[in-house]
Amino acid sequence: MDEIVCRLLVIGAGPGGYVCAIRAGQLGVDTVIVEQGRLGGTCLNVGCIPSKAMIHVAEEFEVLKTAAAGKSVFGMSATKPTLDLGKAVAWKDEIVHRLNTGVAGLLRRARVKIVHGQAQFRDGKTVEVETETGPVRIRAESVVIASGSVPVELPFLPFGGDVISSTEALSLSEVPKRLAVVGGGYIGLELGAAYAKLGSKVTVVEARPRILPLYDEELTGPVAKRLAELGVEVLTGARAKGAAVGALQIETAEGEARAIGADKILVTVGRAPATTGLGLEELVLDMDGRFIRIDDKCQTSMRGISAIGDVTGEPMLAHRAMAQGEMVAEIAAGLPRAWDKRCIPAIVFTDPEIVSAGLSPAEARAGGREVKVGLFPFQASGRAMSKHAERGFVRVVASADRHLVLGVQAVGQGVSELSTAFGLAIEMGATLEDIAGTIHAHPTLGEAFQEASLKALGHALHI
Amino acid sequence: MGEHVVKLPDVGEGVAEAELVEWHVKIGDLIREDDLLASVMTDKATVEIPSPVEGEVIWRGGEIGDVVPIGSALVRLKTAGGATAPETKPEAETKPEPAKSAPAPAEAPQPVARAPMLEAPPPPPRREPPVQRRAPGERPIASPAVRLAARERGVDLRQVAGTGPAGRVTHDDLAGFMARGPALARGGPVQRTEVTEVKIVGLRRRIAEKMALAKQRIPHITIVEETDVTALEELRAALNKRHAAERPRLTLLPFLMRAIARAVAEQPALNALFDDDAGIVRQHAGVHIGVATQTPAGLIVPVVKHAEARDIWDCAAEVARLAERARDGTATRDELSGSTITITSLGPLGAIATTPVINYPEVAIVGVNRMAVRPMWDGTGFVPRKMMNLSSSFDHRVIDGWDAAVFVQRLKELLETPALLFVDA
Repeated sequence: MDEIVCRLLVIGAGPGGYVCAIRAGQLGVDTVIVEQGRLGGTCLNVGCIPSKAMIHVAEEFEVLKTAAAGKSVFGMSATKPTLDLGKAVAWKDEIVHRLNTGVAGLLRRARVKIVHGQAQFRDGKTVEVETETGPVRIRAESVVIASGSVPVELPFLPFGGDVISSTEALSLSEVPKRLAVVGGGYIGLELGAAYAKLGSKVTVVEARPRILPLYDEELTGPVAKRLAELGVEVLTGARAKGAAVGALQIETAEGEARAIGADKILVTVGRAPATTGLGLEELVLDMDGRFIRIDDKCQTSMRGISAIGDVTGEPMLAHRAMAQGEMVAEIAAGLPRAWDKRCIPAIVFTDPEIVSAGLSPAEARAGGREVKVGLFPFQASGRAMSKHAERGFVRVVASADRHLVLGVQAVGQGVSELSTAFGLAIEMGATLEDIAGTIHAHPTLGEAFQEASLKALGHALHI
Repeated sequence: MGEHVVKLPDVGEGVAEAELVEWHVKIGDLIREDDLLASVMTDKATVEIPSPVEGEVIWRGGEIGDVVPIGSALVRLKTAGGATAPETKPEAETKPEPAKSAPAPAEAPQPVARAPMLEAPPPPPRREPPVQRRAPGERPIASPAVRLAARERGVDLRQVAGTGPAGRVTHDDLAGFMARGPALARGGPVQRTEVTEVKIVGLRRRIAEKMALAKQRIPHITIVEETDVTALEELRAALNKRHAAERPRLTLLPFLMRAIARAVAEQPALNALFDDDAGIVRQHAGVHIGVATQTPAGLIVPVVKHAEARDIWDCAAEVARLAERARDGTATRDELSGSTITITSLGPLGAIATTPVINYPEVAIVGVNRMAVRPMWDGTGFVPRKMMNLSSSFDHRVIDGWDAAVFVQRLKELLETPALLFVDA
């Protein structure tokens, strides 16, 4: 058996793993990365990137549909638009391919050795990989588990046939006439809304009383409204029961059995850590529920083994994994590091988009803090008007005493790009006065951040 | 379940230990990360020690008033999960630079002692808590760059007071912490750059010149020896009690004078003036003992003439009289000159050892250190004894180490068995 000896072994080349490997390589750490699928992990291949591409396709198509329906406020008109979904998917796949290649190039430039295959632990320092050319044994001083997550499967709705996960939903050959979405979290709503725009009759089944239960109602309200406009039927408090031919069987909030016509059933009820098949049972790591327990240095209960990304739990976000990966690489290089991030911004790419960084007003108050909240609606923003995107707002949460910005949320078209400003403000320890005192270029949606801060200080200028 | 030992972090440059002044937790308390565990006081400041982890307090390393060395275990916590258990290093343990050693003690505390010169302005009082209070569990506010800089320098940001908006810790705050240790953000110590010029005139200048002369010309050797003065103190107390009404109160000084007079009778080379320009040592039969005395104007040395001819009360009365005249500035030139050997004593300030500067052109000076009760081994057990060190310097040009040692041993013998001071044998 071939044997490779290295200082750092990274298992999984998703955003956490490949960033970790690149950074380690930059720091001169002799690094090997093992990936059984394609470089880039869920994010790049079947998650963030392709879903955003398909959402963009849906947005463009929606514009044409609106024009064709004679509803364009700009006076545009179009004849009945059509969509070649195969071509759209091919465009999306091309983006993914370019990024795959890009990651491979970055890894090579950092002198990281890439091994393709499924990794299996033999012990805490030894991993065997079944590669195309035979088994390889890799011995490393430290190992980083970055194996990611997989869509959760419901036992009564196993994936296969017309029951699909987000992965398949990104590569359908045609737009399903009727799409049932089980799970009203961000993945289901992003894809559900996209397919609604592409022409599907979409029904969302959510077991909890409302959609996007992780966000407060003030934030999710505009999304719910827009879903209704798009003709998406949202059934809350309803439970999926199983699939029948051409239908999803559910039990409504009232306890009635109902069949929802569906050509495809998209199950998006969460993601589970990808911990099987790794031989983790050899290590007996401490777990945190289904997730690998880590400390503030991403170290597991076994010396020399770290874990990053989705396999370590919520929030399962690529940018969290990347930050963890970078940190772990620096620790592996002997630098003093520990997790001290203040916030991990989260975005929901629905229509309109939702951004949340730091604490919501309720979360801030739950800590017993007195807070000031400032909200600026896009209705009062010239830029929002000029984009015909007046729905939504920016909301700032700050401590009442020192005006320290504790959280910023926004909902609105294109607000995902504001997440950088929100995150920076919190990470830098900005106060309301800092935001209010920064010139925000006009006309932009970002001005709403400044105005919301002024509002919290009691002297908003434009409302 | 794991266990986490919180050690007392480095709380300031050059600080080796700190006194526990307050416990904020008791055994059995469930605490969150950043909750305060204890307050400790160094000579500079009171510092609050936060917990780096969440857990249950299962052990406390001391009681209020205990002096705890830096790096010793302060609290043991039972933490959830064994993953972090072996990690016991407090965040602030590693300091970037080794603590600089304290400045060397001022030379010859006796003769120079404290003078009426304008001293450098004392640092502002630092009694107030140096760490700006944050609500328990609240993390310090700092930009990622400051956090990284702190981590790389091994500084626990929770100990750094923030001067920025909302208490944000700035790069300057971090730099200040590195330079000065914990400090109060507002209304606390600040860096001061003013320089006060003080002209050295009069008595101060004379002292300066004389000290420089002594140190330039005389190669000093200093011998420190411990002396058991239990018997002497008993005698002194008995005499003071007996003659409380009619005679001057005896300090240790008259006994020491008598001891010196006896010792130099056997070693006349020590009761001498060395005229180094002429190359002549003049040994004096009369023992004129200078007594270094602190006055408002500075250090002066009144002289008890002919100590060899005085009894202890006589010596005591003369010392008291001269000290009085020296302090109120009425001492005559004659009373302030003519010494052949000198005693220097700072009383309770006398430290455990000093390096006295010889009163040029004399050849010996005897320094009296602080008396303290110490446990001494008597062959079967420790017994409390009143112990006092003598730190004596000699002019090595004319006094050899051997002779100096013999002299010191003789003094020790005379003081330890005070009867020898009074019998002629």
